[in-house]
Amino acid sequence: MNWNILLFQVFPYVALALLIIVSFQRMRGKPFSVSSLSSQLLERKLLYFGSVPFHWGVLFILLGHLLALLLPQGLLLWNAVPMRLFVLEITGLALALWTLGGLLVLLYRRLSNRRILAVTRPTDVIVLLLLLVSILTGILTAVMYRYGSFWFPSVFTPYLWSIFTLRPRPELVADLPFWIQLHVFNFWLLLAVFPFTRLIHIITVPLGYLWRPWQLVIWVRKHRRLQPIPPAAPPYPTSAKPQAALQDKGGAYGSD
Amino acid sequence: MNVRAHVSMTFHLDKCIGCHTCSVACKNLWTDRKGTEYMWWNNVETRPGTGYPTGWEDQERFKGGWEKKNGQLELRLHSRARGLTNLFYNPALPELDDYYEPFTFDYQHLFSAPEGDDQPVARPVSMITGEPLNLEAGPNWDDDLGGSNLYAQNDPNWAGVAPEIQAQMAEIERVAFNYMPRICNHCLNPACVAACPSGAIYKRAEDGVVLVNENKCKGWRMCVAACPYKKVYYNWATGKSEKCILCFPRLETGQAPACFHSCVGRIRYLGAILYDADRIATAANAETQELVQAQLDAILDPFDPQVIAAARANGLGEDWIKAAQASPVYKFVKVWKLALPLHPEYRTMAMLFYIPPLSPIVSSIEEGLVRLELPPEKVDFELFNHLEKARLPLEYLANLFAAGNVEVIKPILRKLLAVRIYKRRQSVEGSIDPATLKIVEAAGTTPEEIEAIYQLTTKPTLQERFVVPPYHREMATEVWNDPLAHKGETGVGFIELPVRGD
Ligand code: HEM
Ligand code: SF4
Ligand code: SF4
Repeated sequence: MNWNILLFQVFPYVALALLIIVSFQRMRGKPFSVSSLSSQLLERKLLYFGSVPFHWGVLFILLGHLLALLLPQGLLLWNAVPMRLFVLEITGLALALWTLGGLLVLLYRRLSNRRILAVTRPTDVIVLLLLLVSILTGILTAVMYRYGSFWFPSVFTPYLWSIFTLRPRPELVADLPFWIQLHVFNFWLLLAVFPFTRLIHIITVPLGYLWRPWQLVIWVRKHRRLQPIPPAAPPYPTSAKPQAALQDKGGAYGSD
Repeated sequence: MNVRAHVSMTFHLDKCIGCHTCSVACKNLWTDRKGTEYMWWNNVETRPGTGYPTGWEDQERFKGGWEKKNGQLELRLHSRARGLTNLFYNPALPELDDYYEPFTFDYQHLFSAPEGDDQPVARPVSMITGEPLNLEAGPNWDDDLGGSNLYAQNDPNWAGVAPEIQAQMAEIERVAFNYMPRICNHCLNPACVAACPSGAIYKRAEDGVVLVNENKCKGWRMCVAACPYKKVYYNWATGKSEKCILCFPRLETGQAPACFHSCVGRIRYLGAILYDADRIATAANAETQELVQAQLDAILDPFDPQVIAAARANGLGEDWIKAAQASPVYKFVKVWKLALPLHPEYRTMAMLFYIPPLSPIVSSIEEGLVRLELPPEKVDFELFNHLEKARLPLEYLANLFAAGNVEVIKPILRKLLAVRIYKRRQSVEGSIDPATLKIVEAAGTTPEEIEAIYQLTTKPTLQERFVVPPYHREMATEVWNDPLAHKGETGVGFIELPVRGD
């Protein structure tokens, strides 16, 4: 087994397995531990200048990657006109720099503010550093090996699909320059740490808020109470009266 | 009619002595953990003042509660879509310094300080960073009007109060204040529930207690901003929001919440009321001046056979209906009409009702002597006929409890005064003179009602103050499970420690 297979075939599957199994297990088994871990209460000014550009930037960049993955043909068609290619490349680069700015603010805030340090775990810093590697290698790729949006559809789209469809072709990335390989590997690394770190907040995006009712009123016991209670388990050994009341809606369970 | 029960509350402000026993009882029970040091689920603030967190009533800044936009009720904080885009940074969230940085004192230093010329001192240290702290804020920082030119003067409830009166209030001889204990109001139309993107906050239909599901909460902290009373708090250590739970574990075992139970002034009353859930939407959307009445109209008469039938149909048990009939809250709020929700204009329909405080008449000061133009026994009469002379301006109380409508406050103060005048005559002079009877009539009350109000205000027993409906915890298992199966199953499964995740 060579490095190529280890890093770009075996590791991706390990990462994906961790991502899916551990995330699922954590969401189900340890829901209390899942949180955005907001630190806005402790510090708000730098957070504004860090979190807002960082998050919007990351979301658009991820969206871009996703589109390239899903619609490689469309991307190639778009890039067929040089002007459009330049617009795309410049937009991508600008987004990356914008995100980098936010990330650096977040990193500075995390390591300099006393209150933030009090709630900083090693994983918080690790996540920020991994993201920094991603963005920096992404920017390097864009600047040194143009034009990424041109060859992404022909190199990465097949590679990623080969992994996702369980017919791995790691050799597709074997000959790419170091920085690009690092960018790819770091992505798998991020997926691997995802369920163990605060990154898990990404899958808790509360989209249901768009349509749920404003008020949530919960009958703690009603649905159960409305079912007839089997006579085999009388709650009161003494008399038949509460037992009879149990059969109707509520009765002895006055509280519900 | 969709009848539900609500374990509801009344605070009699005239009786509060500002001792903070309630706050401490709550703190010892619920918020002495890491991350909660700065929280006071129960706090007692001095009025006039800016309260806790400082200036919480400034909704221009904190965006709490609901507002009416084109006839529709909307959160002041955000629309649904805006709620999602504000996740990364919540512009209206108070920061720690709006509360205060929690601190303790470095007592160890008193023992471990090296020998020196000076007496060692225990310096304050932050409970977050552990570093020495220059104390500039703390719990009850403006207690008893402390620093009133910073705090009391910036009270938003001065709106509409004449500047002369405000200036008068700042003179030391005319100063007046009262205490206002606050807990979560367990609102009928809670803004915290509506604002939570995860849907983690809910209202229990059985008793109306509003709770945060800590497993569903993802720390988006929208509830903290959306609650106009600032009664949801963000635990910075666990990354989850927390709030007053009305001591539901105590309620469910027949005890009053800790702050109620420990109240030294015995100002607190707790009891069930029945309300019509179908009326919430319209009542919360009423015209500002009609909000109080609309909310009172949603509270139903527990003696009305129709209400009782509807309650039964909705699954309410006889013992809860009986508890609602015996409820001191129902008496104060609906029968005697003495209690009002705090800031009804926030439109959350707070279910904690305050009996507004009486205050002495403004005295005139001449050459350093306090001079009232009246003999002392006439002062109450004077106040009765000229409520505008009360030291706490009517407009101020109206801004607190009636969305600025003085006419809602007046009859309450008059009735409270009538009780006082009547009972004073009775106990001091042994008889009631016609002038007093006239006052009783003018206040729209009767000697019998006065006697009842007096009884429940002055000499109630614990059982009269707290009518906790039976929750039937003893049957909790049967509701969920076959008891035998339950017995065999307990102990299986695990409970997660409430600690911060990575
Ligand atoms: C799509 C929905 C997302 C939502 C709603 C969201 C929300 C949040 C929130 C509320 C915080 C806490 C901010 C605070 O301290 O108050 C946060 C922090 C953070 N998020 Fe996201 N996020 C999202 C996506 C992402 C993505 C895609 C990434 C990276 C790939 C990411 C990386 C981070 C990091 C690293 C932090 C920690 C910042 C710090 O050091 O304080 N988030 N996010
Ligand atoms: S007072 Fe309580 S129930 Fe009402 S909005 Fe605030 S936290 Fe929610
Ligand atoms: S314990 Fe009672 S009297 Fe004392 S401050 Fe609290 S509410 Fe007021």
